[in-house]
Amino acid sequence: MEGNLSQFIFSGITTGAIYALIALGFCIVENSMKIVNFAQGDFLTLGGMVVFTLLHSFHIPLFLAFCVAVGVAALVGAAMERLTLRPARSKETVVLVFITIGASIFMRGGIKLLWGKSPKSLPYFSGEVPVSLLGARILPQAFWIVGGTLLVFLGLQYFYRYTRQGKAMKAVAYDPEAAALMGINVEAMMMLSFALAGGVGAVAGVLIIPITTMTFDMGVVLGLKGFAAAVLGGYGDVMGAVVGGLLLGVLESLGAGLISSTFKDVIAFVVLLLVLFVRPQGILGKDEGERV
Amino acid sequence: MSPLTRDRIFLSALGGVVFSIPLVLKNPYYLNVLNIVGLNVLVVAGLTLLIGYAGQISLGHGGFYAMGAYISALLAINLGWSPWITTLMAMAATGVTALIIGIPTLRLKGHYLVMATLGFNLIVYILLVQLDNLTGGPSGLPGIPLYTVAGWGFNTDLKCYWLIWALTLGGLFLAFNLVHSRMGRALVAIRESEVAAGCLGIETWKCKTQVFVLSAVMASLAGSLYAHYMTFISPKTFDIFYSIEVVAMVIIGGIGSLWGALLGSAFLTPLPQLLHFFDEYKDIIYGAIFMGVLIFSPQGLVGGLVRLYQKKRLMSQFKRVKGIKWNS
Repeated sequence: MEGNLSQFIFSGITTGAIYALIALGFCIVENSMKIVNFAQGDFLTLGGMVVFTLLHSFHIPLFLAFCVAVGVAALVGAAMERLTLRPARSKETVVLVFITIGASIFMRGGIKLLWGKSPKSLPYFSGEVPVSLLGARILPQAFWIVGGTLLVFLGLQYFYRYTRQGKAMKAVAYDPEAAALMGINVEAMMMLSFALAGGVGAVAGVLIIPITTMTFDMGVVLGLKGFAAAVLGGYGDVMGAVVGGLLLGVLESLGAGLISSTFKDVIAFVVLLLVLFVRPQGILGKDEGERV
Repeated sequence: MSPLTRDRIFLSALGGVVFSIPLVLKNPYYLNVLNIVGLNVLVVAGLTLLIGYAGQISLGHGGFYAMGAYISALLAINLGWSPWITTLMAMAATGVTALIIGIPTLRLKGHYLVMATLGFNLIVYILLVQLDNLTGGPSGLPGIPLYTVAGWGFNTDLKCYWLIWALTLGGLFLAFNLVHSRMGRALVAIRESEVAAGCLGIETWKCKTQVFVLSAVMASLAGSLYAHYMTFISPKTFDIFYSIEVVAMVIIGGIGSLWGALLGSAFLTPLPQLLHFFDEYKDIIYGAIFMGVLIFSPQGLVGGLVRLYQKKRLMSQFKRVKGIKWNS
């Protein structure tokens, strides 16, 4: 039983790290444009598909393929901001968010067109022999996923705290007009944030394609889970995204293992709702007083 | 002419159009599409009150639509009660559920409110799929009884057209009464600033909860009508994409306008069928149209139409009702 428990927790941490990585993508866009980008899950699918094609059809080394996939997704992200959100006549949040939903439908359609409906998979990055840890058996791929998430998390923390661009991006989110008056190129910052979000999404896609088979519409479910994780942790908070992601992953895994595997999502969402009822701003979110 | 009188005149004109369509249009396929449009108008009108007037976003109304359909269908199948009675019971049950969910949920704002309502829809959807002993699971629930009046059944698309559109027009009539009442003005005040509305003596949480319950009950009615009209339902109809679609109808039609609800539903409901012709390109084209309308018509279709006529005078009115704050 103890071995089982640690198994559940470790597999929960693995899925949780994926949710956290997707939540970080949501977080990046929130920290410049203050909107929910519902196309985040599709960046993930795109990254996975590009790597699949490069490895499978062109036999390019994994690391190189990884870089290309991140680059492609970043370009698509930047293009999405430039071509759909920037020309939007209305800057209402609700309109912009629904434009991202439109973009998500569009990208999903495009991916289906280019890669078809059949599921895609790749071999594990470093072998299939599970490692034993505290009575649990862990696939080596899990270390890649957790490690990748950790790197992105640390990179983003560094970016927002210590670089000019990072600080400028946060300033844009806080008050675009004031940021523009300080000489920040607001539009460039917004485009950069979408490029970053696209890149982070592609990282997630590349890391998970060996453990889940990739289909064109998988971004929907994973995107929603990432959004839920970001909300759970406190929307827009980098640390909150990671906390929320891991918590959601572990909750799901424990719910599936100890209570019922068919209702694992129900359990996770019910807990999410209960947390929101107690803490309407998420676990780490700050309760910002409303200016009247 | 008061705005209410103006809207009532337009509504009578719409009634005339609705009445005359079946005189020229006999094809059951088109009538079926029009029936679905009518059901969506009912849901979208309720959502317009919630989103456009009270400024609260819900991506969970697919869940209430599902409750209307499944509760009514299951009661009618398993207990053999008249669909009229079960429809009312489903509306009551949905209303109570919306009340219980609404009280804690409507305290949330922005992204959090969106997530909570989305979470509700996801929970309902998973339950419909997983409780297959009761709901028939993913393969659906067949054999739902039709509405009947004294042995005369609503068994054709045309008969259901009269029923659905009569109720839809009735729903619109009541919704117009509401928005031109004290309650409607209170909702607009809440949308513009909850704090200011509170300071004016409006019980904001009460108003928000009331309009949330009302919109849920309207979705439930539409769901029951759908179930007893189609006689077959499956969870696929009630997933989050439905919730997204109806909110998109609110926005594309023109936020804050009940006429927008009508235009948005009439535009977006048949669109997937129309695009079927493009085969594998249909998703891309649908996404592009979806984005295009939002990008280029900031006030939605109603705003666009109004602009074609009286550019300045009415636009200033639309500017006044434009604001719905996602983040307040």
